[in-house]
Amino acid sequence: MSPDVVLSVRNLSVVFHTPDGDVVAVNDVSFDLRSGETLGIVGESGSGKSVTASSIMRLNNSNTASTTGSIIVSGVDVLTAEEDEVRRIRGSEVAMIFQDPLSALNPYYTVGKQIAEAYLVHHPKASKSEARLITLEMLKKVGIPNPDKRIDEFPHQFSGGMRQRIVIAIALINNPKILIADEPTTALDVTVQAQILDLMKELQTEFKMAIVLITHDLGVIAEAALDVLVMYGGRIVERSTVEALFSEPTHPYAWGLLGAVNSLGKSDRGALVTIAGSPPSLIALPTGCSFNPRCAYATEICTAEVPSLREVGSQESVSACHLPDDQILLLGRKAASL
Amino acid sequence: MFMFILRRVFFALVLLLAVSFFTYMLFAMLPSDPAALTCGKNCKPDVIAANRIRLGYDKSLIEQYWLFLKGIFVGRDYGTGAAAFSCGAPSLGYSFGQHECVTTLITQTFPVTAYLSIGAFILWMLIGISSGAVAALNKGKWQDRAASIFTSIGVSLPTFYIGLLVLFSVVIWLRILPFPSYESPFVDFPTFLRTMILPWLVLAVLSAASYTRLTRNGMLEAMNEDFVRLGVAKGLTTKIILRRYVMRQALVPIVTIAGLDFAGLLGGAIITESVFSLPGMGKMSIRAVVESDLPVLVGTTMVAAVFIVVANVLVDIAYGYLDPRVRVK
Amino acid sequence: MSNDIALQAVDLVKHFSTGSSGVLGRATSIVQAVDGVSFTLPTGKTLGIVGESGCGKSTLARLVTRLIDPSAGSVILDGVDITTLSGKSLREMRRKLQMIFQDPYSSLNPRHSIGQIIGDPMRIQGIVTKSGEKAEVQDLMQRVGLNPEHYNRYPHEFSGGQRQRIGIARALSLRPSVIVADEPVSALDVSIQAQILNLLENLQKDLGLSFVFIAHDLSVVRHIADQVAVMYLGKIVEVGDSATVYNRPAHPYTKALLSAVPVANPSLRNSDKRIRLVGDVPSPIDPPSGCRFRTRCWKATDLCASVEPPLQADSTGRAVACHFPEEAPVAIGQSPQ
Repeated sequence: MSPDVVLSVRNLSVVFHTPDGDVVAVNDVSFDLRSGETLGIVGESGSGKSVTASSIMRLNNSNTASTTGSIIVSGVDVLTAEEDEVRRIRGSEVAMIFQDPLSALNPYYTVGKQIAEAYLVHHPKASKSEARLITLEMLKKVGIPNPDKRIDEFPHQFSGGMRQRIVIAIALINNPKILIADEPTTALDVTVQAQILDLMKELQTEFKMAIVLITHDLGVIAEAALDVLVMYGGRIVERSTVEALFSEPTHPYAWGLLGAVNSLGKSDRGALVTIAGSPPSLIALPTGCSFNPRCAYATEICTAEVPSLREVGSQESVSACHLPDDQILLLGRKAASL
Repeated sequence: MFMFILRRVFFALVLLLAVSFFTYMLFAMLPSDPAALTCGKNCKPDVIAANRIRLGYDKSLIEQYWLFLKGIFVGRDYGTGAAAFSCGAPSLGYSFGQHECVTTLITQTFPVTAYLSIGAFILWMLIGISSGAVAALNKGKWQDRAASIFTSIGVSLPTFYIGLLVLFSVVIWLRILPFPSYESPFVDFPTFLRTMILPWLVLAVLSAASYTRLTRNGMLEAMNEDFVRLGVAKGLTTKIILRRYVMRQALVPIVTIAGLDFAGLLGGAIITESVFSLPGMGKMSIRAVVESDLPVLVGTTMVAAVFIVVANVLVDIAYGYLDPRVRVK
Repeated sequence: MSNDIALQAVDLVKHFSTGSSGVLGRATSIVQAVDGVSFTLPTGKTLGIVGESGCGKSTLARLVTRLIDPSAGSVILDGVDITTLSGKSLREMRRKLQMIFQDPYSSLNPRHSIGQIIGDPMRIQGIVTKSGEKAEVQDLMQRVGLNPEHYNRYPHEFSGGQRQRIGIARALSLRPSVIVADEPVSALDVSIQAQILNLLENLQKDLGLSFVFIAHDLSVVRHIADQVAVMYLGKIVEVGDSATVYNRPAHPYTKALLSAVPVANPSLRNSDKRIRLVGDVPSPIDPPSGCRFRTRCWKATDLCASVEPPLQADSTGRAVACHFPEEAPVAIGQSPQ
């Protein structure tokens, strides 16, 4: 592991055991995250992006999910470590923010207590007043006005945007190396979303954090990510830099997404580019490449064999598609230029 | 918050007034002649007539109600001349059958009901919440299934059936305990305990059942909440998460319902007291029904109503304290 | 009224009472959810209404379809003020004006088959025979891209996008002339959104429908709407044709809203064109005096606090409610610069 890699995921697979059968939510996912960088994970419902995120801190319910592979943070494999070791990492080396700020905070305790709690868990020798001072500082940093008064208020007394700031304060109070942001702005209004994304960028520079940013919104990816993983049906189907993704995407699914977003951005009333069909049911995934039923370029091999990730093109993009390289690059450029 | 409490208290008083009115009217409108009931089977008409005047049954219903209401605050005098007597405030009437002021009767019998209720309450909360917690933490496993069976049985079996069954098995068949014979705990504590242990257990085990279910479901729901996930993501230990996040939420409805259940029990656990021969308010009410002792019935109904109304107010206030989202600004 | 105008809202107001005080618990605060909104929907066109949470757009949708009654104002459909209708005439009105809802998971009765769901409006209004109903429903299903043989299936057997198609088929079953769509694609994945939007556009062309399309996603509205109205705290702050509003926004809020949308183009990152609005949306219970946007507006002056700017139309048909609009309004009689 090279010195500046803070998170190393290898062959992560998560299988949920449900009464209807086994659901492979995440299938053989591997990636690295380097210090100070933002890795975007984009995908739609059922793509496995959220389960991947929650696996990094071993948040999956061990009764219903079998997780295999390795996730290495600060030299520790989260998936095989002892419970106390994992608890030590949670909230101090790796922190997480969730999608819905309205339900992410404990409604029965004041905001100040909850932020201080996150600090005291990892600094048990600290005094309560010390924790409170640090909490106040954090509130100021995330842009809560009147922090001296608001520190003793309850979550329901704050708006959605403010609550997300509080969630960010909780996540960052122990100066984590890695921040996992699972759809952090999806539930927020667009002007508030802009504020939160700006805040995250500022804090990333100040705290020198790496961020895993999970979203379905390509615009957010374009704004914030350095590298991007595109997930579909539990697998990574493309990995590229953000510039490469938007100029030369290398997977038919990415072409469809980009096409839909770009045609939406035009104000002419032409028909939108769509991807036919619907996202797959994870219980009954198609054989071979999971995307093949919706792919305009599918051939026989696509139903027979799962394509493996291989490098395509000159921009260090990696794609899981059976199509030949030159065709991929051609179609990719076409999709990007719509 | 103060206005909130004031408003609740105000409405509670209005409610109590309404309850007193309807209770009194209900009993007053029964077809039996209350005066005739005052002196047994071989009553001479002139005795009945005299009693009617003494007890005020000759007056109009509204006037009777007014005297009753006034009596609660200042006491009530009955009759005139040599045969006059009075019941001090708060007077809830006079029982001819027992030759005693109703208030006195209640003060004598209420402690028994109270001991029964308090003991049972503590036991059922302990049993219910702990079994519910065990079930929730072992969802799907045998502990959960066992708790579910326990809940179904507890909720469906009637107290009198189980009570009699237990009484029979423990006292008569197995002879582990003597027949229940109540003594005040200040007079004869060992006998008190020996008498109360069975009714406590029976009442507790049967009431615990619904709390097992409440606790289990409340905890499972809480465990699925986003904020609990965030708590785990902070690195908190399971113990802290269970206490500050899961139980904190699950207990809110449980505490409030328990408050109401307890208040209901204070009004007289009629069946349990009858089965185990405990001289409590419930047993007294049954006797009053059988003997058509209307003043006692009115009195005990009023007392039970007061407990429930007060409990409702306290529970409302408690809810506001327990759940910050409910507090009115 | 001519047939060019499908639907018209005139000074719609909806106030909700909330909160309580005193011993008797009288309502103390009034949520001014919609506070004097007027718009015109031309026949066969789409009017998009955008705004963030608390702007009142969902309340407006319910007012226009008479799912709730306005505190004041009127809604005119085919020359008739539908806010005054009741009983039989109200029921008949519902044949002309239908609604599509946001959440495909909660807007369909899980206990009814989709044949029932789509056919119910026809049966309730008595416009179809029992034998004819199935044929009609299957025809509708085909039109919205569903397999007619799934007539007897239940909602949970369909995906989110398909459920939304069911909702659309249901809305079409009475052959309305106007459809109000309240965030119809917000709960759908991006790839499915595009399918549904294409479907709605095709249906509009084929059936001559007029749409009121409410959304918070600016790019979606930009694509599908002919005219756009921007709402803020219960009022319309800007309205005009789609291209003009998006390319040359006049109201500061519209400008800020547009600049906040993340663009799917990494090379445009960090360009300083982003306008940062400070603070949160004020509460609709106690909106700011004068112009409601002034607490977050970088141009606000004392005038903005004392005088509420009226929604004024210029000669191009675009209207703005601002004392200092970003674009100088074109005076009546002049041609646009």
